[in-house]
Amino acid sequence: MKYEPVIGLEVHAQLLTESKIFCGCSTKFGREPNHNACPVCAGFPGVLPVLNKRVVEFAVKAGLATRCQIARLSVLARKNYFYPDLPKGYQISQYESPICANGFVDIEVNGASKRVRLTRIHLEEDAGKNIHDAHGDSSLVDLNRAGVPLLEIVSEPDMRSREEAGAYLRNLRAMLQYLAICDGNMEEGSFRCDANVSVRPEGSETLGTKIEIKNLNSFRAVERALEFEIERQRDTLSSGGKLLQETRLWDEERKETRSMRSKESAHDYRYFPEPDLLPLTIGEHWIAELAAALPELPMARKRRYMADYGLQAYDAELLTSRKDIADYFEEAVKSHADAKALGNWIVGDLFRELKERRLDQQFYITKWPVKAERLAQLVQLIDRGKISGKIAKTVFEAMLDSDQSPQQIVSEKGLEQVSDPASIENAIDQVLAAHAKQVEQYRSGNEKVFGFIVGQIMKATQGKANPQTVNEVLRAKLKSQA
Amino acid sequence: MNLASLAVHDAGDKLRKREISSVELTDAVFERIAATDGRIHAYLTLDREAALDQARRADARLRAQDGASPLLGIPIALKDNFLTQGLRTTAGSRILAEFVPPYDASTVQRLRLAGAVIVGKTNLDEFAMGSSAENSAFFPTRNPWNLKRIPGGSSGGSAAAVAADQCLAALGTDTGGSIRQPAACCGVVGLKPTYGRVSRYGIIAFASSMDQVGPMTKDVRDSALLLQVLAGRDPADSTSANRPVPDYAAALTGAIKGIRVGVPKEYFVSGMQPEVEKAVRDGIHELEKQGAVILDISLPHTEYAVAVYYIVATAEASSNLARYDGMRYGYRAGAKDLIETYMITRDEGFGAEVKRRIMLGTYALSAGYYDAYYSKAQRVRALIKRDFGEAFQSCDLIVTPTAPTTAFKLGEKTQDPLQMYLSDIYTISINLAGLPAVSLPCGFDPEGMPIGMQIIGEHYDEATILRVAHHYEQATEWHKRKPRIEDR
Amino acid sequence: MKLTAEEVQRVAVLARLRLTREERTELTEQLDHILTYMDKLGELDISEVAPFTHAIESNELREDKVTNQPNTEALLANVPDRDGNFFKVPKIIE
Repeated sequence: MKYEPVIGLEVHAQLLTESKIFCGCSTKFGREPNHNACPVCAGFPGVLPVLNKRVVEFAVKAGLATRCQIARLSVLARKNYFYPDLPKGYQISQYESPICANGFVDIEVNGASKRVRLTRIHLEEDAGKNIHDAHGDSSLVDLNRAGVPLLEIVSEPDMRSREEAGAYLRNLRAMLQYLAICDGNMEEGSFRCDANVSVRPEGSETLGTKIEIKNLNSFRAVERALEFEIERQRDTLSSGGKLLQETRLWDEERKETRSMRSKESAHDYRYFPEPDLLPLTIGEHWIAELAAALPELPMARKRRYMADYGLQAYDAELLTSRKDIADYFEEAVKSHADAKALGNWIVGDLFRELKERRLDQQFYITKWPVKAERLAQLVQLIDRGKISGKIAKTVFEAMLDSDQSPQQIVSEKGLEQVSDPASIENAIDQVLAAHAKQVEQYRSGNEKVFGFIVGQIMKATQGKANPQTVNEVLRAKLKSQA
Repeated sequence: MNLASLAVHDAGDKLRKREISSVELTDAVFERIAATDGRIHAYLTLDREAALDQARRADARLRAQDGASPLLGIPIALKDNFLTQGLRTTAGSRILAEFVPPYDASTVQRLRLAGAVIVGKTNLDEFAMGSSAENSAFFPTRNPWNLKRIPGGSSGGSAAAVAADQCLAALGTDTGGSIRQPAACCGVVGLKPTYGRVSRYGIIAFASSMDQVGPMTKDVRDSALLLQVLAGRDPADSTSANRPVPDYAAALTGAIKGIRVGVPKEYFVSGMQPEVEKAVRDGIHELEKQGAVILDISLPHTEYAVAVYYIVATAEASSNLARYDGMRYGYRAGAKDLIETYMITRDEGFGAEVKRRIMLGTYALSAGYYDAYYSKAQRVRALIKRDFGEAFQSCDLIVTPTAPTTAFKLGEKTQDPLQMYLSDIYTISINLAGLPAVSLPCGFDPEGMPIGMQIIGEHYDEATILRVAHHYEQATEWHKRKPRIEDR
Repeated sequence: MKLTAEEVQRVAVLARLRLTREERTELTEQLDHILTYMDKLGELDISEVAPFTHAIESNELREDKVTNQPNTEALLANVPDRDGNFFKVPKIIE
């Protein structure tokens, strides 16, 4: 029997606001524990929450971008449970009337398009951090993170493979980054994902036993965990076993999912509407304003790149995976219209530089190792035959962190490509003279040695000879001297 | 003349005329406390040094004529569920017995800005849950009119302190009658403003959708003066209303002729103490003499109010009290692990009534019961509010007794919690609907125990309530009687 | 009997209250009595009634600004147990 996987994902995205959701504490990374905390987010007696307007704005933007229905009246609710990182003994979240519902995220996997529906998006507050002391019987509690605003984004169980899950997460993350509401850093915990996985016989309509997977701290972890879990569930069912509805943790070390110690059956959260906050009313006017100000979203931008610049899906996706990259790309293309070549330079050499310098960890890069305009100029030089592709690499290195134009660098270092056949002939003649053996080998039918001879010529000209010209002239000479 | 027996407005006059100083006034209050609190037990915490310090600063401002607030230099007591920075705040509970807050409640800040002198913190039923101050973890407060009787609750300490001249005025909180009922028991004026009129920030929460801060005073004018300082929007409280604050003192003297007063039949039923009924009816008659038009009205859902209240208030409370877990502040029991620490801390830290209400509230919200209890109660609550809305179509105010009996004896009602709950019948509906109401003295029973009359107004119409209350008070002499504090 | 002792125990665990046997017995009786009284609400037809809301219009939300002055010492002043600037709490023993 073939089983198909059914996957739903729950994402918690930390929002890029200045202050926390219900108090005026900073959301910036706290230096010292309990530095960015106050009586309100520390759950002291007598305190009351006051909702941060920007959190609502971000939620509406996320809802608009995913084509959700935005609730004109939405209610916050208390989710009650006891844990040291939850100072009030309840989390203020949303239950019956989330701020956004019924949207979708489109994905593309192996050329096929698919729509993953969203059940809901709602606002809530983050908990603090409970650090377990390895030795003693104590834990240490830091409330810097308590009260940081989160969006919970819940998908329908529409995904059918780990590739689809990966694509969904990447698209969702890119979208949130484009909207500048979340920096999408899974490793640092600003973008978290829990997966709900079940399997069912292919063709069946009923859902199988749903198992929740937690502790997924990277995109790779998500894909690996899904792969493992789907396999585990299939094997269990195929061999006649039964699956327990439970929560399992992904163990990155052992590369397997493990059953969580059964928490007491008490997951009775006793939700009720938060009496300290009035129902949230969202005006039409405000929604319209936000809708009008939405940036072009990643999917749309990718499609535009494919249509307007003739880029392949893969390249277009890479170039639109981050808004700053896409903005950089378009700026470069404005200076010089060779989109394909610029795209290659960006996803190749520039990406490598960004990674090495850890610039890719910034949310929106503003200081680039090479300015967009300069990169465009470089490609222009190549396209005009002024330098070879190989020499261009050297020029690129020299351009890093300097604001010199590539032309300046080429002139200074005398890297201009030599294309005039007369000058090249000289070099060729010298090389042919010095490598009579290889010439002989070529004449006796050895094609491979041609490359060697070309290499020698390039060396003799410090790489400046126009390879095409070298090719033509060399072949002609070898033929004529036969 | 004993300065401590002055009302706020009289003392304020004398202070501004420099006939007396705030230090003298404060000294007089502390002397009175020393002479009487051994028997009354109204106070949990006193800070004489800090109070005299505030009094000295008030005197400096009075000399420099800096500040026109009627509260400048006036000694005021606070119920011990108001957070006071640097001054122990217990909520009447063992679980906070040593808690010293890092911040002031917003209403406390307002008092300080006005230059009031904070005398100390008064006793209450633990976490404001109770109607007699017997649920305090520390000791019960006694009624100054008869030391064997309760002062009412939960603001029993504040009511007793005002009645016994242990302060010139006090603040209390009212969730189901906790200002009005003790005011009635102790023969003082107790006002519960409209829900949202006064900030709740820094008040230890009991039932978030009902709690309100209000003044407890010797007369109605004082009530108006205090409300003036307390009322208004607080950005730290999302449920505080953005409504303009009228001049309450100026509103006291308007005419009351033609005001329509509704008398609900559901509030005059068997089980009432006959003297209470008589005194209140006489009070209504007095209003009629002054020109009010008396109408019979009905509030048909009154009989469901106690059930609604004890579901909704306990549900909210069960959640509000979850933070008292011994982790960040307050009492922590020694135990071997986290779960046990929670359970023993809360078992040892909370008293019986608090635990009972937490259990009730938790049950009402738990899976499978939410619809049957919480959801249903909130809908019946809407019906209760609607009753008042309809009544106010034909009347401007509603007058009722504040409580069915005068103050009962200590220990009399502690056996049956439900009996205790049912005695809140006249005050609870007002909290459910969020309306303003005042209780003021309207007579005494044959034992000499005070009787209170309740005047209820429309949302944000404290001015009318106070005006009518003032007229009634000025035409009678109840507010001039003082208890003789002695053992009986 | 509306309420069993087992249910009372379940609720006590949810509320993190250890109850002694006496407390449990007494509470079961008292809560049962009170809940029976609550049945009164069943007399009413509330099918068409919307839940209660207060007479307060929506307020302005808070601007996204950092307004807090950090004061870790004040926050930790009442803690029963601390480690540096951390609240120190018991662990769950598995």
